[in-house]
Amino acid sequence: MLILHYNLEKVSMALVVAIIGVASIGGIVEIAPLFTIDETVKVPEDLRPLTPLELAGREIYIREGCYACHSQMIRSLADEIDRYGPYSLAGESAYDHPMLWGSKRTGPDLARVGGKYSDYWHVAHLINPRNVVSASIMPSYPWLLRPLDTGKLPAELATLARLGVPYSEVMLTAAASDAMAQSRPDSDGATEVQDRYGAGVAVRDFDGNVEKVSEMDAVVAYLQSLGTQTRAALQTLEEE
Amino acid sequence: MTDTLSLRERRIGFFLAILLALLGLTMAAAARHGAMAVHGVIAMAIGVALIFLIAGSLYDPDADPARKDRYYDAPTQAGIFFTLIWAMIGMGAGVWVAALLYWPEATPLWPATSFGRLRPVHTTGVIFGFGGNALIATSFYVLQRTARTRLADAISPWFVVIGFNLFCVWGVTGYLMGSTQSKEYAEPEWYSDIWLVIVWVTYFVLYMRTLARRNEPHIYVANWYYLAFILVVAMLHIVNNLALPVSLTGARSFPVWGGVQDAMIQWWYGHNAVAFFLTAGFLGMLYYFLPVRSGRPIWSYRLSILSFWGITFFYIWVGSHHLHYTALPYWVQTLGMTFSVMLLVPSWASAGNALATLNGAWHKVRDDATLRFMFVAAVFYGLSTFEGSFLAIRPVNSLSHYTDWTVGHVHSGTLGWVAMIVFGAIYTIVPHLSGREAMASPRAVEWHFWLAVSGTLIYVISMWNAGITQGLMWRTYSENGALAYSFLDSVRAMAPYYLLRTIGGALFLAGAVVCTWNCRKTMRAVPMGGSASDRPLSAQTPPRRPFDAEPAE
Repeated sequence: MLILHYNLEKVSMALVVAIIGVASIGGIVEIAPLFTIDETVKVPEDLRPLTPLELAGREIYIREGCYACHSQMIRSLADEIDRYGPYSLAGESAYDHPMLWGSKRTGPDLARVGGKYSDYWHVAHLINPRNVVSASIMPSYPWLLRPLDTGKLPAELATLARLGVPYSEVMLTAAASDAMAQSRPDSDGATEVQDRYGAGVAVRDFDGNVEKVSEMDAVVAYLQSLGTQTRAALQTLEEE
Repeated sequence: MTDTLSLRERRIGFFLAILLALLGLTMAAAARHGAMAVHGVIAMAIGVALIFLIAGSLYDPDADPARKDRYYDAPTQAGIFFTLIWAMIGMGAGVWVAALLYWPEATPLWPATSFGRLRPVHTTGVIFGFGGNALIATSFYVLQRTARTRLADAISPWFVVIGFNLFCVWGVTGYLMGSTQSKEYAEPEWYSDIWLVIVWVTYFVLYMRTLARRNEPHIYVANWYYLAFILVVAMLHIVNNLALPVSLTGARSFPVWGGVQDAMIQWWYGHNAVAFFLTAGFLGMLYYFLPVRSGRPIWSYRLSILSFWGITFFYIWVGSHHLHYTALPYWVQTLGMTFSVMLLVPSWASAGNALATLNGAWHKVRDDATLRFMFVAAVFYGLSTFEGSFLAIRPVNSLSHYTDWTVGHVHSGTLGWVAMIVFGAIYTIVPHLSGREAMASPRAVEWHFWLAVSGTLIYVISMWNAGITQGLMWRTYSENGALAYSFLDSVRAMAPYYLLRTIGGALFLAGAVVCTWNCRKTMRAVPMGGSASDRPLSAQTPPRRPFDAEPAE
């Protein structure tokens, strides 16, 4: 054995090949089956993709680095289920490119925060968290009140569609107007958003200002959608 | 810089600088606004600066032909300069964001100075800026000495150093503008990722070409680790960063991986960034600088073989321990846990080999702060790999995951092990490159050592307390069966630990500032020199045998 290595370390290319070979095995064994074993991800039948407004909110969530302090993955532990709700299923994040499971809870988990607080609470909290939670150490995000740029949404939805997220042709073409309509419940397009994405989609003026569609509208719409895209997790927990 | 290049090499460099400026111009013109346009302007500015720098020397005298008889250390010197600059930026950002957790209102209400945008500035600044530059700089230094030959080429080392730093600058400025892929430790967007691949391939080719010219039959163990670092980081980087850009003229892209597969690939990458970026390369550093500084050969050759292949094989499996109790299939979690525990064997083999090497040199450890840095690095390597295996065990992880215990663990590795071995290497290289016996201020090295050790201990111990407190508060039930504490209770309980952690980090940063000042003083004092024995083998006169005739006068 030692002689073998004695010779190996004289040939640089052999060393290179050996390193690549040895270092590849673990990844191949652990990752490849995740794509081939069907039970790994059961996409729930009622799972809906994010609406354009919610997707815009997710992009802002990523931009501001919210994932550094908030996880979106409830582990199958009793205290987490009691605190945050049914544990997360693989299928729930099937359309998430990238996933935002997170790795640290400086703040609480957000996987099922949708519907837990009012829109008004979220807006006040994002403008200055200490307005509503005196001991909070979260940063303030007053700049979210600026208008939302909806120009990139059609291209973003189209990119996700190419990656397998089920956005239809109509959804792509109507992306920008859907984003506006979702935060204007009295507008003509409001019902179309629910027709396209499901009756469970919240169509509201999230930031309390009907005049403009702000980044705040998008972020709050996204936060209110978390955990509401499918009922699969709740059903799984009830069956158990 | 340019006086070490031949006229032909200067012309090639000039041409490459023009290409870089044109690339920047194209990016800026195509994107027009947003992060990509700013990054184009940055690349163009660097290209133009290089054009001026090189153009001024195109008609200067050619480089001294005798330079071939020397090791090529100018890129190493530049790399160490960047290492220290990034230490200031990365650690400074770290102390600042740590302070924000204690004084959340301390930040001005600008998007760019918000915690979420500064946090990746800290991680990229220290991992890639500080750690990456240290790895590149020391790898050039160690490769030449262990191969006893000059770097195979004079242009590509500069391309690697400058190109890598451009990647880091693109990264951190992107986060400030809100441009991020959100994948931890792989945040830079798609064009930065492609750029890094080009830099990395150049690095690999340079490494192999220099190895091919070596004057030693055997490749020294330090180079195995540097090679593993270069190769496996390339593999991880490419697979994890596969993404579909929304448009070729914009920064935004979406990863091709989604959901649970994305999570697994992300942590396969994430944990092996720890393994092959923050461990393998630095073990290479340890295997060279520890014996050199202590004057003792590596204790066991067999043990170094065992630990090298053990680390290369086992580490790649362990990423899934970041996903215990999540929606990742149970069998993958179990594999990750099992291999994490097994990993303790090669890890402790390395740490033990390093400590046993110091046998017979303990008086030097006592007297020489530089060697003490390396000794502490080996001890912390042993401690944090033990902690890592422990935290990967599923029930332990149920308590520690998502808490500050993980943060403490990471910093015991990065402050206690990675940064300590870097400082040990810097304090060995810098006087050597300056042709001096020792650093300009040996007392400052001593100060740095104690600042670094106390900073690390305060940081790590406060984060242990913080993490265990959090974990226990989250899972405690009251007598009537309800959760005993709200999440906010656990946030309130963190305040003293977050304050202590900021102080620990500030001490460590202060040590790095002392180091930077000391290095600057040392490098300025005397021009680059080096001892007569520190030459490629081709430049050394063969030892004269006794029966050789005296050369004619």
